[in-house]
Amino acid sequence: MATLSLSGVRKQFGTTPVLHGIDLDVADGEMIVVVGASGCGKSTLLRIVAGLETASAGSVRIDGRDVTGLEPADRDIAMVFQNYALYPHMTVFENMAYGLKIRGMKLPDIRRRVDEAAQMLEIGPLLDRKPRQLSGGQRQRVAMGRAVVREPKLFLFDEPLSNLDAKLRVQMRAEIRRLQKRLGVTSLFVTHDQVEAMTLGDRLVVMHQGRAAQVASPMEVWGRPADTYVAGFIGSPAMNFLAATLLEGGGAAMLRAGPVIGFARAVSAAAAGTAVTLGIRPEHVEPAEGGLPLAIDLVEPLGSETVIHGTLPGGEVLTARLPIPASGIGATMPLRLPPEAFHVFEGASGRRLD
Amino acid sequence: MQAAPPADRRRRRADLLTHIVLILGVLLFALPVWIVLMGSTHDGAAIGRGEVPLLPGAQGLDAYRRAWTEGAVGTTRVPVALMLWNSFVMAMLIALGKIAISLTSAYAVVFFRFPGRMLAFWAIFITLMLPVEVRIFPTFKVVSDLGMVNTYAGLIIPLIASATATLLFRQFFLTIPDEFVEAAKMDGAGPLRFFRDIVLPLSRTNMAALFVILFVYGWNQYLWPLLVTTSADVETIVIGIVKMIGTESNIDWSVVMATTVLALLPPIAVVVLMQRWFVQGLTDTEK
Repeated sequence: MATLSLSGVRKQFGTTPVLHGIDLDVADGEMIVVVGASGCGKSTLLRIVAGLETASAGSVRIDGRDVTGLEPADRDIAMVFQNYALYPHMTVFENMAYGLKIRGMKLPDIRRRVDEAAQMLEIGPLLDRKPRQLSGGQRQRVAMGRAVVREPKLFLFDEPLSNLDAKLRVQMRAEIRRLQKRLGVTSLFVTHDQVEAMTLGDRLVVMHQGRAAQVASPMEVWGRPADTYVAGFIGSPAMNFLAATLLEGGGAAMLRAGPVIGFARAVSAAAAGTAVTLGIRPEHVEPAEGGLPLAIDLVEPLGSETVIHGTLPGGEVLTARLPIPASGIGATMPLRLPPEAFHVFEGASGRRLD
Repeated sequence: MQAAPPADRRRRRADLLTHIVLILGVLLFALPVWIVLMGSTHDGAAIGRGEVPLLPGAQGLDAYRRAWTEGAVGTTRVPVALMLWNSFVMAMLIALGKIAISLTSAYAVVFFRFPGRMLAFWAIFITLMLPVEVRIFPTFKVVSDLGMVNTYAGLIIPLIASATATLLFRQFFLTIPDEFVEAAKMDGAGPLRFFRDIVLPLSRTNMAALFVILFVYGWNQYLWPLLVTTSADVETIVIGIVKMIGTESNIDWSVVMATTVLALLPPIAVVVLMQRWFVQGLTDTEK
């Protein structure tokens, strides 16, 4: 049980900056998911917290103690690796016990802890097996067991679900969440998968090019993305972006082809004539008589709903997720873009305006 | 019976051809060994007359008894038992020493970042290109100045470093995933523990394979033992055989052949024994 706080963490590899100053405060027992595309620096951030990488600047504090210069072993943390990193020549029991053995714990105590963890993770019958005799899901559990037995202050997860098949991933995702809630251990979870991020995290850190683009709860990230990157990254299919010019009063904008679009939350931070980017999620687009005509060029039926792709009269590409079967390719469908569903971003910087 | 389809016939013909080639190869390799084996059971004089025995002779194992206890008449008269022991000690210590030294140096080169690391690696690598013969006289000078002529130490130590083995271990260590190193760091294992608990067990099969190769290498050493041993108590079997046939007259061929057979046995034993271990190791490791 502990808090984690990062301040001004920077990292450079040679002259290439990877992290440009990350500040983050994680509360006791909180699960933070660091999410971003590959190369955004999320893994580097995790490795700096783990002590496997040294920060070029800034500090890492666990439970108030500055651990910036400490070895991984002295930080009282446990990590679950992407490829599990189970020692192939050791049994499951030995794998889980290794860290405790090195710390000089007595064998009966080790046995008690390993048994407890094994029971919790339902890997009791596997304790005498070697890792190669286990399935992917079982290895994953053992890797978590190895972290759990240590009873650390902090759990670190480095994309631990990326090697599992889709079904198992969903199952393990739920299990990790349950386990983390039950143990109440402060956790940092790195992933590139937005669904994992949304479902697992108490809060998300959306990373973009070495910066934390937004730190907020999953629903807030989804509902009020801080910039166009976050808006486009979270949500599937991705949010639609329309280039427009802000009109007098900040309550509406004009698309390139002329139609004026009103939005519910008026923008006061920018002057009329500012180039803005309007964002609207595909699921908020509604079919309506007399709406903007969308020339459909692709229809993806998903069963319960239909995703249609097409172009607006001004040439803007738009995707809509509709609860109804749509007409075929080449047809035109009138769509309404509800004012309350719009996100307004500054055109140049991509920052949120409303 | 129907005629086999052409594809089958063609395959069968190819099979026949490969078998003929294989059998020829086996005969080629096995014939000298067979002649030695048979010759050792014949009267020494028969071979001296130029006969090539292909069937067991009347002498039975008498030549082996004489070789084991007395050695060859008219030569150094060192019993083969002692020579075998000397060769065994040398081959064993060379193999184990080479493995120990290359393991540790490869570990240092792969897992540690220190100034001059690549320099050290290249220095080791370049010695690969120098055959033993190139440095044999300076080495002899050093060994004799240190008073190690006619000792096990003099026989073994100059041969104990191996660039090849270091390189092989380095290549193997490079395949150990970084995640293991990192997991061990998180578990709190220092460099020595990591070496002992993770790297050594994972290298088992490589060590077994190298041991076989290096043992045979040590066993077959000729030039160096020839230079550095002059007394009978450290003479190796290879030198012994050469000395037996080196005297022009009066060669007791049956003893020479019996000795040769005896000299073959330990390397064969090592190959057979280690192969078992080796296969077990292979099936035991991560895919």
